[in-house]
Amino acid sequence: MLHRGKALSAALLSTVFLSTLLPPGFASAQSDPIKVGFMTVRSGALSAGGRQMEEGLKLCVDQYGGKMAGRAIEVITADTAGQPAVTKTKAQELVERNGVDVLIGPLAAFEALAIDDYIRQAKIPTISPSAAAEDMTQRKPNPWFVRAVGTSAQPYHPFGEYAAKELGYKKIAVIADDFAFGHEIASGFQRTFEENGGKVVQKLWSPLNTPDYGSYISQIEPDVDAVFAAFAGGNGIKFLQQYNNYGMTTPVLGAMTTVDEGVLKSMGDEAVGVISAGWYSAANSNPGNKEFTEAVRKQYGADPGYYTVGAYMACQFLNNALEKVGGNVEDRDALMKALRSVSIDSGPYGKVSIDDLGQPVMDVTIRKVEKKDGRLQNVVVKTYPATSQFWTYDQKEFLAQPVYSRDYQPAKK
Amino acid sequence: MKPSLLWVAAFGAVLILLPQVIGSAYYVNLCSQILIAAILASSLNILVGFGGLTSLGHAAYAGTAAYFTVYLSAHAGFGYLAGAVMAVAGTTAMALLFGLLALRASGLGFLMITLALGQILWGIAYRWVSLTGGDNGLGGFTRPQPFGIDLADPAAFYYFALVVFGLALFAIHRFMHSPFGQSLQGTRDQPRRMSALGYNVRSIQLLSFVYAGFWGAVAGLLYAYYHQFVSPHVLHLTTSAETLLMVIAGGAGTLFGPVVGAALVVILKNVASAYIARWMMLLGAVFVAIVLFMPDGLVPGVSRLFRRFRNTRRTAMKNTEPDAAALPPTLGKRSA
Repeated sequence: MLHRGKALSAALLSTVFLSTLLPPGFASAQSDPIKVGFMTVRSGALSAGGRQMEEGLKLCVDQYGGKMAGRAIEVITADTAGQPAVTKTKAQELVERNGVDVLIGPLAAFEALAIDDYIRQAKIPTISPSAAAEDMTQRKPNPWFVRAVGTSAQPYHPFGEYAAKELGYKKIAVIADDFAFGHEIASGFQRTFEENGGKVVQKLWSPLNTPDYGSYISQIEPDVDAVFAAFAGGNGIKFLQQYNNYGMTTPVLGAMTTVDEGVLKSMGDEAVGVISAGWYSAANSNPGNKEFTEAVRKQYGADPGYYTVGAYMACQFLNNALEKVGGNVEDRDALMKALRSVSIDSGPYGKVSIDDLGQPVMDVTIRKVEKKDGRLQNVVVKTYPATSQFWTYDQKEFLAQPVYSRDYQPAKK
Repeated sequence: MKPSLLWVAAFGAVLILLPQVIGSAYYVNLCSQILIAAILASSLNILVGFGGLTSLGHAAYAGTAAYFTVYLSAHAGFGYLAGAVMAVAGTTAMALLFGLLALRASGLGFLMITLALGQILWGIAYRWVSLTGGDNGLGGFTRPQPFGIDLADPAAFYYFALVVFGLALFAIHRFMHSPFGQSLQGTRDQPRRMSALGYNVRSIQLLSFVYAGFWGAVAGLLYAYYHQFVSPHVLHLTTSAETLLMVIAGGAGTLFGPVVGAALVVILKNVASAYIARWMMLLGAVFVAIVLFMPDGLVPGVSRLFRRFRNTRRTAMKNTEPDAAALPPTLGKRSA
């Protein structure tokens, strides 16, 4: 009797002792849902991409049955309207009012840059499903930021080399959207293309909302070997159509977004034969991607493109990190560390890991538009495995140079 | 005490107590944004409401001041105060130049010139990448700490914005009720008669234009402090159009109209969008409703409704206090 009493009190004591060791609210916090703040665009010019992002994220959360690392996932969606000021307010709302544990978003680079300081100040782990601005993981890295897509220029370093070495082009004219994304793509391409003996003889910048590319197409020098067209959104559709209407026969090289699956379905035969580069193609035959594209086609009846896969992978990154920290999002430092060391072996991207600035090292593929199974597809021609944002350059030397821009680097006559 | 003063005091007390009442940092921040938008809308109201000069380029002043102060303080090594003074002075000087250009025309021509000037600035912000960062914008700016008060705190920033807002509203109120302000309203209603009376219509309009630009610059300064970031969006036509909407929806030519309009737009844009996916349609519907039912704006419209309601009740009750009925029911009385 005495013994039993002693044992009981010892057990009681140890429980009390143990429970004081545990952080307060431990038991309840572990069973609360993990709140994910998702910033997308539902209104305005960028809303098509925003909708694809929502689809990608939803697919991923559903595949996990709304649960990651044993905790329910609650997604709180906010519409940033594609405006930096609104994006900031929405980020504040998600963090301060909704108390989210992690942010996924926003869509556009200028939106991500607008909340850059806020992310640091609020110390909120942020996964970018789309914004590609180079400097966010280069010259101005943010310790609370990790990207689930390539930087603007990441696929075009290999592409420049490919165009010079394997396609044997010597002179190329560049036409691109006149904003940072277009500038960075064009300059990354130009750099490796020229280092391999090619020459960019002309750079044309068309405004984002150009209604008619005729005046730009007619400026293209007639003796170039190819035209590198770097467009975002629906501009690729307009450009390729008009390029065809003008009877141009010079081959077209594209950016990933020029012939992105999201717009490819709206294109006709004029897109066939366009060679482009990207960190993702819906037609890539690696097993993880087959599963993913089939799921997207079944759910949404279309091939996944840039935004769909970006948001999907952002969610996969989150899952990967959550498993590592055992679902404990309350320890933000640990979660961020896990996000910064994500490594996934199979999935839409194939093998992917994160470098020390928060940028994925991933396979870059050269793709060619072909008509297969009754629809246009980016058929993979060549794969450059494990491509870093710095390509083969030394990281320090790369970062010592200015960021790619409209004037860096200039066209050479 | 006049009832209008009572109203102002009550309004002020509510604004001062607001952060204590709402508590949540998010809503306090939202209120700060409303105050900033209200200063910008009030400054535009000087032109639209009192001067009859409809401008579609008012974002130019807020945007320029924001760019100036972020650039000077965060990138060119000037202090906050120096940056702020130079930003406001530079922007006001720019308003003088823009005024000289735009006031050569009137009506639709004036509108188009202000629109064009605003677009030029937007183009510069977009293209002059080495200075403005292009469409990626300029960041790296932190909030100042005047007298040891850390404005990074939402409530502290709210009070800072509130003080500036109070000053702006008072200054605009004084301006409008000064003989000069009265003469501006004269040029709106009877430009030829004013001219015949010996007033220099153009210089009256020009000075008012510069004055509006000055308060626009102050709003831009607060905008930069609040967001700690500036991108070409602030200079975009949509910002100008939105500001004009605030003035018109709230009630052009009244002191509090633009404030109400600013609150309406900021709340619809930021709060309604969290609950309604098609909030743009809601925004449109609200404006159509305002134009249909209260074409002169919310503040005059509501006060007219209020007056009518009181009058009908009074006649029904057969109230026989003649002097009480004669009292002006609103603050924003407009000199006839």
